[in-house]
Amino acid sequence: MDAFLQQVFAGLATGGIYASVALALVMIYQATHHLNFAQGEMAMFSTYLAWSMINAGFGYWTAFLLTVILSFVLGVIIERVIIRPVENAPVLSVVVVFIGLLVILNSITGWIFSYTIKTFPSPFPTAPLLGNKFVSSHQIGAIGITLVVLLLLFAFFRFTPLGLAMRAAAQNPVSAKLVGIRVGWMLALGWGLAAAIGSVAGMMVAPIVFLDPNMMGGILLYAFAAALVGGVDSPGGAVFGGFLVGVLENVLGAFVIGNELKLAVALVLIIGVLVVKPSGFFGKVHVSRV
Amino acid sequence: MAALLEVGDLHAAYGTTRVLHGISFSLEEGSITALLGANGAGKTTTLRALCGMVDTQGQVSYAGSRIDGKSTEDIVRLGIAHVPDGRGTFVNLSTEENLRLGAYVRKDRKAVEDDFERIYTYFPRLKERRHQQAGTLSGGEQQMLAVSRALMLRPRLLLLDEPSFGLAPLIVREIFGIMRTINQSEKVSILLVEQNAAMALDLADRAYVIETGRVVLSGTSSEIKQDEAVRRSYLGY
Repeated sequence: MDAFLQQVFAGLATGGIYASVALALVMIYQATHHLNFAQGEMAMFSTYLAWSMINAGFGYWTAFLLTVILSFVLGVIIERVIIRPVENAPVLSVVVVFIGLLVILNSITGWIFSYTIKTFPSPFPTAPLLGNKFVSSHQIGAIGITLVVLLLLFAFFRFTPLGLAMRAAAQNPVSAKLVGIRVGWMLALGWGLAAAIGSVAGMMVAPIVFLDPNMMGGILLYAFAAALVGGVDSPGGAVFGGFLVGVLENVLGAFVIGNELKLAVALVLIIGVLVVKPSGFFGKVHVSRV
Repeated sequence: MAALLEVGDLHAAYGTTRVLHGISFSLEEGSITALLGANGAGKTTTLRALCGMVDTQGQVSYAGSRIDGKSTEDIVRLGIAHVPDGRGTFVNLSTEENLRLGAYVRKDRKAVEDDFERIYTYFPRLKERRHQQAGTLSGGEQQMLAVSRALMLRPRLLLLDEPSFGLAPLIVREIFGIMRTINQSEKVSILLVEQNAAMALDLADRAYVIETGRVVLSGTSSEIKQDEAVRRSYLGY
C-alpha cells in the first residue's frame, strides 16, 4: 500500500507538470487550431535560461521570476516573427514550422550549453515534509506551484477584461474585431502565456529528469496524451488529463508494465482516445455541415 | 445637417469576384438611412467595406475624415458599431460577457456599468438571461444581444445588417421600435441594411436601392415608397 501511495503522489507531481504543458498546448490550440509541437522545447530553453541565471549568482526565486517574464516575451516574439507569416497557411506548413522551431531550439540549446546532462536545483528542502514517507518536498512543492499557476490563469481568463478579450478573440475573431479587440495581439499574448506556463513546468520537472536539451521530449508526449484525454479544446480537461496521465503512467509503470514501457502508456492513450472518443472527456464534439 | 458618412465610388471584391461597382451614398448625422436590395445586391458587403473587413477602393469619409484603409479595430474606436450579418454572437460566453465585450474599447468604466442597466431596460429579456451562455439564447434574443452589444460601444453610428432576418414579425417590430427610440433619444445615426423593405422604409428617413453593386435609386423614404418599380419588386403590391 505504501509503495502504491508513493507512486500515486509521484504521479500527481509529474501529472501537474503534464497538466501545465497540456494547458499551454490547449491555449494555443483554442486560438489557432494548431498543436504547438515546439512547446516542450520552448520550455526546455526557458529552463536553460533559469539555469544560467542561477549559475550567474541570482537567487532561485529571482531567476524563476525573470525566467517566466523572459519566456513570456520570447513567446510573444516567436508568434510575431515566426508564426504570424504562416497564419493563413495550410495546416501542414504550420506543422512544418512548428517542427522546425522544435529542432532549432533543441540544436541552439545544445550548441550554447552542450548536450551534457546538468543538475537543476529544487527550491524546496530535500528532507520530506513532516517526515512523511510517501512524498518528497519537491513533489509537494511542484504540485503546489502548478495549482497556483492554474488558479492564476483561471482568474485571469475569468475575471479580467484582457482575459475576456482573449477568450473572445479565440472564439470568434471576426466579432472580436468588430468590438475593437486587436486579435493579432491576443494571439501573441496567448503564445506568451503558453511559453510562460511552459517555463514553470520546465523548472519544476528539471530537478526530477535533470537538465538536457532532450528532457522535454517524453514530457511533451505525455502532455499531448493529457490534452487529448481531457479534450483538446478544454483547459479544465487538460488539467484533469495531466493529473490522470501522471498517475496512470507511474502506477502502471511501477506495478504492471515496468518502467521501460512507461512512455507506451502515453502513446496508447493518444491512439485509444482518438479511436474511441476523439473529443476526450470534456471536449466539445464538432459537427459541421459539408 | 452635415453628412456623418459620405461614401464615394466604393468598389469591393472577394478575391477576384467583384461585388461593389462604385457605390455612392451619404448619411446625415442623426438620421436613419436604409440600404435596400435583393439577395446578393451587395448590401452586406457595403457594410463590411465601411468597417475595413473587405478590400476596397474608393472613399469613405466619416465625421470629416477618411476611414477607408483603416483597420476594423481602429474604425470601431471612432464610434462605429456594426451588428453583423449572422449576429456574431460569442456563443460560449455569457450574455453579460457579450455585452461587456461591446464596451471593450471604452475607458469610462463607471458609465459602462450604468449602460448595462440602460440596455436591460430596453431588453428586459437579456437581464433575465444575463448569466446564460449566449449560444443557448433564441434567435430573437441573440439579435437583441447583437444590437445591445453594439450599443454598449455608445456609438455615434450604428450599422445594422438585416436585423429582421429569421425572426418572428412581433420580435422584428419590437427591435425596430427600439431602434427608433435609440435614434431619437440618444441621437445615434443608423445605417440599416434590410430585405424587408416595407419595415425599413417605415423606420428610415432616407433610402438607397442597390442592385448588383450599384445604387439605382435614392430618395426620402416616402419618395421611394411611391416608386413604381420599388413597389412591385420590393414591397409586393
